[in-house]
Parts: sequence; C-alpha cells; structure tokens
Amino acid sequence: MKALFAIAWRSAWNRRFTLALTVLSIALSTFLLLGVERIRTELRENFSSSVSGTDLIVGARTGSSQLLLYSVFRIGAATNNMQWKSVQALAEHPGVRWVVPLSLGDSHRGFAVLATTPAYFDHFRYGDRQALQLREGKPFAELFDAVVGAEVADRLGYHVGQKITLAHGSGELNAAEHADKPFTVVGVLARTGTPVDRTVHIGLPAMEAIHLEWAGGAPMPGLKIPAEQVRKFDLTPKTVTAALVGLQNRAAVFAVQRWVSTYPAEALMAILPGVALDELWSVVGMGENALLLMSALVALVSLAGLVSVVMAGLNERRRELAVLRAVGASLRHVLALLALEGALVTLLGVAIGVVFAVLGIALLSPWLQAQFGLTLRLSEPTLNEWILLASLLAAGWLASLLPGVRAYRLSLADGLSPRI
Amino acid sequence: MIPVLHAETLRFGWPGAAPCIDIERLEIAAGEAVFLHGPSGCGKSTLLSLLAGVLVAGAGRVTLLGQDWAALSGSARDRHRVAHVGYIFQQFNLLPYLSVLDNVMLPCRFSTRRMAQASHDGPARREAEQLLDRMGLDASLWQRQAMQLSVGQQQRVAAARALIGQPELVIADEPTSALDEDRREAFLDVLLAACKAKHSALVFVSHDQRIAARFGRHILLPAINRAAAGAAA
Repeated sequence: MKALFAIAWRSAWNRRFTLALTVLSIALSTFLLLGVERIRTELRENFSSSVSGTDLIVGARTGSSQLLLYSVFRIGAATNNMQWKSVQALAEHPGVRWVVPLSLGDSHRGFAVLATTPAYFDHFRYGDRQALQLREGKPFAELFDAVVGAEVADRLGYHVGQKITLAHGSGELNAAEHADKPFTVVGVLARTGTPVDRTVHIGLPAMEAIHLEWAGGAPMPGLKIPAEQVRKFDLTPKTVTAALVGLQNRAAVFAVQRWVSTYPAEALMAILPGVALDELWSVVGMGENALLLMSALVALVSLAGLVSVVMAGLNERRRELAVLRAVGASLRHVLALLALEGALVTLLGVAIGVVFAVLGIALLSPWLQAQFGLTLRLSEPTLNEWILLASLLAAGWLASLLPGVRAYRLSLADGLSPRI
Repeated sequence: MIPVLHAETLRFGWPGAAPCIDIERLEIAAGEAVFLHGPSGCGKSTLLSLLAGVLVAGAGRVTLLGQDWAALSGSARDRHRVAHVGYIFQQFNLLPYLSVLDNVMLPCRFSTRRMAQASHDGPARREAEQLLDRMGLDASLWQRQAMQLSVGQQQRVAAARALIGQPELVIADEPTSALDEDRREAFLDVLLAACKAKHSALVFVSHDQRIAARFGRHILLPAINRAAAGAAA
C-alpha cells in the first residue's frame, strides 16, 4: 500500500495541471457557496438586528409590516399620524418605562430625516442590545442641531460643524426646501449596519419649527417666519409618526398592547418588533430562497465541470492503470488509488475555497458595508455552513469517483492489454 | 517436473458469443522459448489472458506452476500472477512519470516474492541495474523519466521489468511490432539471452513470421484452436 501511495503521488504530480484545474473549480464553487450562504445569513441577521431593546412600536392603526417599514426601515410613509396627546397618555401608563416619539417625512439629499427626543440616544438599541455610539461630536441640544448617521457622513463627507438644509418629503431632488432654516451637524454616529446609518436625526421642536409656515404639505404663500423668530412660537408637536416604547416589565407587553389598541381617543396599534420582523422577513425571504437556489445551481455546475475534467483525463489514465495491473496492482489497489486521489483533490479544493471565502469576506466587507449597508463578519462557520462544507466534500468525492468507477470497469474489461 | 503452464480441454467464449478458444491440450516447460503466432482475430490475446489468469476459462483448466487459476479468488490470482509472470505489452509499457529504474522495480513493490528473488545476491536495485545493463541501456539513462526514452529503449526497459525477480514465465504480446528491423533484432537478442540466463519460459506472441526462426518451439494458434479452425480461414 505504501508503494501505491508513492506512485499515486507521482502520478498526480504528473497530471498536476489538470488536477489544479479541478481543485480550482472546486475551490471556486466552495467560495461561491460559502459567500452566498454568509450573505444570506448576514442579510437576515442585519435585518433582524435593526431594532432591539424596544418592547413595542406604537403608531396609527395600519398594517403591522407597514408600521415597521416606516418606523424602523424608513421605507414608505405613514398614512396617518398619532396625536401628541396620545404619546403623553402612553408615557403616563404605569407599565411604560420610556417612550421615544418618532416623526418622519422630511429628507436630506435622499436620506431620511428623523425627528425625535434626546431620549432616543439613550434608549434605542440595535443588534445584540447595543446602544448608539457617537463617533464625533455630541447629541443635539440646540434647536437647529442635527446628528447624522455614519453612512450619511461618509457618503456626503460631513463632519461636525457642517451646515445642511432639509427638504420636504422624500426624494433626491426636491424643490420645496427648508432653505431658510439651515441645521448644523453636531454629532456623527458610529456605524451600526442598520437604517440608523442612513438617517439624519433632529429634535422634535426643530421639525415643528421648519413647518411653522406650512400647511397641507406646502408653504403658505406670503408667510415667512425667519429662523431667529421661531423660538417665540410653541414648538410642541401636534402629531408624531410613531413611538418606540420600553416597558417596566416585559411580561406586561400584551396588557399594554391591548391598552393601546383599545385607546378611546384615536385608532392606534402596537406591534412587537420581533414578531413583526419575522412576519416581514417571510415576505422578503423570497429573495433568500432565490439566493439559496442560485448557490445550489452553482455547486451543481461546478461538480459537472469537475466530472468532465476528470473524464477527459481518463484515456490517459486507462493505460496507466493497465500498466499498474500488469506489474501486480490488484483491482482493489486501483480502486483505492482513484478514491484516494478524488478525496484529496476534493479536500484540497474545499480547503482553498474556504481560504478564498475568508479572504473575500475580510477584503470585501468594508466595500459591502459602504455600498449596500450590509455588514459581513468573519466568524466561526455556522451549523449550516458546516453542513454545506460536508455536502460539498461528499458530492465532490462522489463526482470524482464517477470517472474512477468507469476507469475501474475499463481496466476490468481491458485485462492486461489496453485496447487504445 | 511440473510444467510452467498446463492447459487441457480449455474452452472459452465471450458472453453471448460462440466459443473462440477450444484447445485440447497445451503445455509449456520451464525455460522454453515459444513463438505463438497466427492471423489477427484468431484469439491470441484471449489465450494470453487465459494463460495469465486475467480471464478464467468456462470449461477445462489452466494451471500456472501447478496452481489452477479457477481455484483462486480475484486478488489471489493477482498475487499469483505478479509473483510468477512478467508481462510485456506491444507499446506504452512504462509509467511515464517514474524513472527508468523505478519502472523496472515496480513488480518488486507489489510482490514480496519478486522482491525476495531480486535481492537474492545484493539489493534488488542492483539486479535492476544489471538487467538494464544487459538490455544495453546506458547507465546515464537509468535516472531519466521513462517518457524521455525512444520506443525501442522503452521496450527494453519493459523487458528488464518483466524479468526482474526471476518470474518463471514471461509473456510478450507483440513487443516488437512498433520497432524497425534493426531494433527488432537487437531487442530479440537481448530478450532471448536474458530469459535463457534467468531460466524463464517465454511465450512470445507475434504475427511476424520473419522472427520465428529465433525460437525453439512454434505454435500456430489456429492449428490447435478448434474454435478458430472453421472461422479464421
């Protein structure tokens, strides 16, 4: 057997270019599969980590996915707002520990503007209950202060001290600008990998201030209130879009939810973020399945490539196997030789593919973060990834055995005189 | 003394075809040099496979040194064959990625008996070198990769490999068909001399009548094969 290994090694070395192609093709498919799988899990992870530590999200009655979409993901717009009085009533509920009101609707160069209270920076949590960190400056204190998310700052090159103007409504180009009331960036948040990165945060009174002379979504003609005079007005908001709620005791969550939905003054609803995220994912998850299907196809194609590469080299091997048989190698030896080579080639290919994947994630993750807001982390393989690797090894080995079995049958039929 | 090869009432046919081998009796004695000839398609290769135990006869029996091939399992036949038989193909005998010397040593790697006999006086490597030398291959070629040699040189390496460890039988299946006349004669010279020196019986298959005179015994296959007598004419 030892002699056989030595010969197998020399034989493989002799065919190193063909084998290198095979190894490369396995490595590439491993890389693709692992990459797609990692993106898939991280996508889901990123998605479900966009909000945490919030027990309820309250807003005007609508669909739960819709409320989640605009309050957390800044996608779409609320059809109805909730009254400020309702927010106050909610805050006074004995089971409620904190309430952070959110007011949306304006934008800055395509990024959503979120008006809220300074409590937002204390209570908002994402990922594994991580708090927001400022990488520069401080939270807003003055009326026209703004705190921008990491991506806003990076994409637009903003630092503390930058003057910005907000636009009414959402959209990159908007004629209706609040140009007369510029804001000053006083803080930049550290990256979170959530929609917070793409948000401009201002105080609720500021939101009120820039809309003083507005009615029904358009500026009132002839009315101009200069920025320095707005402080004379009552800047308490009349309505907000939604509110994040933290409870004294999580066990009370359904009681408070019921209290909200039966609130007599207006039609409100309260959703559990985790449940709503899962519901929403079941819709968005279609894309996840498509990714999974694609990676399966990729694996299939590269295995087919593997079989054809080995098959192409088979005639060359047929004579070699006949010579080995003639000098005393038994059929068992021949089969062991082919199986061993297949296993080693597959193992090497998968190992190189894993290295590719690790390097790829390490090198591409800053770009993915900047371009798509997707955080890819290097971590131990998940159970799914282990299963993926194991099935790649098994499938690759079986695929390389297929030509091996053919070679074996040929050498059985050839006897000692190969007919080629 | 037991003959090297003994076959009697040997019949063989490929599945689904009429029998192609039907031989009443064939015996080859130790050290004999036999020229086995006949037109193509008369069953020469099939007969060689039967004699070497690659194929097992449907009826009758073939024994190598008294051992009936049919009584052995597949892997036991493989072991018995490599222990007692050296084999030379028409061409492409060598593993192209091994050195000339390593190619010659191959049977010793798979058979302890061949190894033991080759290292009877001195290391097996020495016998390999002596055989190569006897085949007229210069020492400068021994470490070369087999694929760098000419066809004639490769056949001589194959002959040295067939002879290492003194197998009782050497089977050569048209080994000279790829050689020109001068090289053919030179090859026959060294092969016959080496077989004689090692007391190995030689079964040399060819359809080339010009070299028949070099052998002590001639067997015309159609003459002893009753299955081919009607078909091959």
